[in-house]
Amino acid sequence: MDLYGFLSQVLVGLSRTVILFIVSSGLSLILGVLRIPNVAHGSLYMIGAFAAYSITKFFGGTDIGFWAALLGAPLFVALISFIAERAVFQFLYEREHIMLLLLTFGFSLIFGDLVKLVWGGEYKTVAVPKVLQGYVLLFKHLHLPLYNAFLLVLGPIMAFLLWLFVNKTKIGKISRAAAVDREMVGAVGINVSWVFGITFVVGCFLAGLGGMLVAPTISVTLGMDHTLIMESFLIVIIGGLGNIWGALLGALIFGLAQSLGILMWPKFGIVFPYAAVVLVLTFKPRGLLKSTW
Amino acid sequence: MVKNGQGRRILYAILILLFLFPFFAPRFYVYLMSLVLLYGLLATSLNLVLGYGGMFQFHHCVFYGVGAYATALILTKTQLHPIFAFLAAPLSGAMLSLIMGIICVRLSRLYFGMLQISLGSLVWAIVYRWYSFTGGDDGIHGIPVPEIIGSTNGAYYFTLIITGISMFLLYLIVNSPFGKTLQGIRDNALRSEMIGVNVKLHQLAALTIAGFFAGVAGMLFVVVDTTVFPEMLFWTLSLEVLIMCLVGGWFSFLGPMLGAAVILTLRTIVSTYTVYWALVLGITMTLVIFFLPNGILGFLEERLMRGKKADA
Amino acid sequence: MLEVIGVSKSFDGFMAVSRAQLDVKKGEIVAVIGPNGAGKTTLFNLITGLLKPDSGKILYKGEDITGLDPYEIFRKGISRSFQIVNLFMRLTVFENVQLSILSREKRTWSFFKGASHFFRDETDHVLEQVGLKEKKYTLAGFLSHGEQKILEIAIALGGKPELMILDEPTAGMSPEETFRCMELIRKLREELDLTILFCEHDMDVVFGYANRIMVMVRGETVIQGTCDEIRCDRLVQEAYLGVTHE
Repeated sequence: MDLYGFLSQVLVGLSRTVILFIVSSGLSLILGVLRIPNVAHGSLYMIGAFAAYSITKFFGGTDIGFWAALLGAPLFVALISFIAERAVFQFLYEREHIMLLLLTFGFSLIFGDLVKLVWGGEYKTVAVPKVLQGYVLLFKHLHLPLYNAFLLVLGPIMAFLLWLFVNKTKIGKISRAAAVDREMVGAVGINVSWVFGITFVVGCFLAGLGGMLVAPTISVTLGMDHTLIMESFLIVIIGGLGNIWGALLGALIFGLAQSLGILMWPKFGIVFPYAAVVLVLTFKPRGLLKSTW
Repeated sequence: MVKNGQGRRILYAILILLFLFPFFAPRFYVYLMSLVLLYGLLATSLNLVLGYGGMFQFHHCVFYGVGAYATALILTKTQLHPIFAFLAAPLSGAMLSLIMGIICVRLSRLYFGMLQISLGSLVWAIVYRWYSFTGGDDGIHGIPVPEIIGSTNGAYYFTLIITGISMFLLYLIVNSPFGKTLQGIRDNALRSEMIGVNVKLHQLAALTIAGFFAGVAGMLFVVVDTTVFPEMLFWTLSLEVLIMCLVGGWFSFLGPMLGAAVILTLRTIVSTYTVYWALVLGITMTLVIFFLPNGILGFLEERLMRGKKADA
Repeated sequence: MLEVIGVSKSFDGFMAVSRAQLDVKKGEIVAVIGPNGAGKTTLFNLITGLLKPDSGKILYKGEDITGLDPYEIFRKGISRSFQIVNLFMRLTVFENVQLSILSREKRTWSFFKGASHFFRDETDHVLEQVGLKEKKYTLAGFLSHGEQKILEIAIALGGKPELMILDEPTAGMSPEETFRCMELIRKLREELDLTILFCEHDMDVVFGYANRIMVMVRGETVIQGTCDEIRCDRLVQEAYLGVTHE
């Protein structure tokens, strides 16, 4: 394999990283601020993908459908999470982590089956919009599918927007304060329940967005939630709980380890990222960057 | 709970019923009961470190799966006597648990759980991909099990006896000084340290024992079902076993066994009506977490204690 | 028996304990007093091995115990109770004390014999000494605050210590409970030949029971002496008792 082929594989791997980052940053946000290990995050990602399918189908497979889904699917996921949060989660913030873990696991089971009920068992496809089809020539012989290039551009933009949200907006700053000391924030008169609610919804929005973005690149099936949630959790853990940049770093490590793994040893490629995670955690059990716990 | 005379009589009655079970129950139910017993053992082994030890064992099924695969591989790939296959399961479960424990136990609760999940996922990924050795995601089917225990009834009695012995041993351990020390560590690790207990060492021992019995359960599954597959090592199964502990009650010894019975029975019943078992399980879990945080047995015990207090 | 020589500990630049000096002779009751934040609990944590000092030495019966792990220090004969109640909440009163004895006797590795068979008499004896025998089977979490503090001491006793370190043993107790608790401590000291080191905010307790007092202010040892010496000392009066002299 020549250098350009290798580089293009790496870039494709990186674009996959973008999706992992978006989903994991949402998980990190929820984990860091609300201290909820949201196992349902994977299911919400899956719902995002299926919603994208429905929306694009509604628009008859035209390009408008894709752009509508880009916003519509995550919003739909946000709505579902909002309902779940107001109806159930907001009463249980004081419970132990293990209860919250099992609760969100219960929800992931519910969501998983609801998807099966609504959309059925066969796999679905979402088309790449025409404007993003084809290849882009980056450099001499270095080709990259245009959609992946799109993802690579979107990644830093999302990171920047997230950084703005967490550090510059009022809600973001309150969330960070609440993550460290929720009693204090409540004592200052801020409605902590709403802050948590909004943070949760934003985090889930990101999961839906990730699902939507990944839909044109794979076949949308049941079960995509299971592997993703595992990967996402591991990324958040090695990045540092609640740390958005940690999610980025973790996603990079995970994604690159996976791409390199598949290149070097195709059969066992998927073992590489897990080995990388174990390696990181053995030396830095609390994650690479500072966590909010 | 089982200490008083009435409790003991009930226990003996249940044991007798269990022994006579194949005589009046159809074959499928005998198979189901075997599953209940081995999953109950698995859940009880988890509860040793979870309910009695206070450790966040999020990926217990790794030891279960590894034990099962050890048995399966020895039975299918070697000419060794089956007894080696049966012994290999708990030994590999215990060994893996010890190794993972040494790596994880120096961390506080939550990070312990998370490192365990990552190690467990690594093991799963390896098993999943190593097609030539483990059969990959097909798993291994039609594992040759010795004839006396090959039939449904034979497997059932084998399971009943092994589970019975294991549960008895676990019961002794839980009520021994070691068990009390473990509970002390659960309640207050700091204080335990201050009264001279080497906390980490005791936790390691508990983890190894839990891994041992999880391996036993894995071996039993191979005998009952004659198959193994990578899903046995996947995190979803680990969480389901956690649910069994939760539903039954994790502060009591028999809670997890009861939880296993409830979940498996529910699954069988629900599956005859609909394919959406996960939905039902999810809703059940949510309700249990909301209303019965100490599980069924915990709830009953609280009722009993309140009743006693009122009398006193 | 116990000597603390020039021990210091800082946290992120904040000097919690600075060149502290303390000596406790065998059979004595020594009290450490000082305003809140003076470093008393930190000092106790340093002595019992929960923290490692940055500098200085701690000698017990002539042996250097600086920097040892808590359970090693326990085995040398030093037991400790905590200011905030630190019990095994889900175990019974009986089991709380029994665990302490089991640990002392290194029987925690017994796997197959029922725990209830071990050291019944001794546990009962300890419970009787502290007056908790009737509540044997109550879960620790259900005791009253005063009873929990007494259980604290009982657990420390289970270790058959020579030196008992009590961190604010009467905190949160009513006057009656305080009196009972301190009388108990005095009685135990006589019966069991204990040496006692404690810290308190209640001055009546301190002056009523201590042989000698050490005063800590802002992490430093201001002075150590008998009750009369402390009462009259100017520095102490200014820094702690709040009296100013011209």
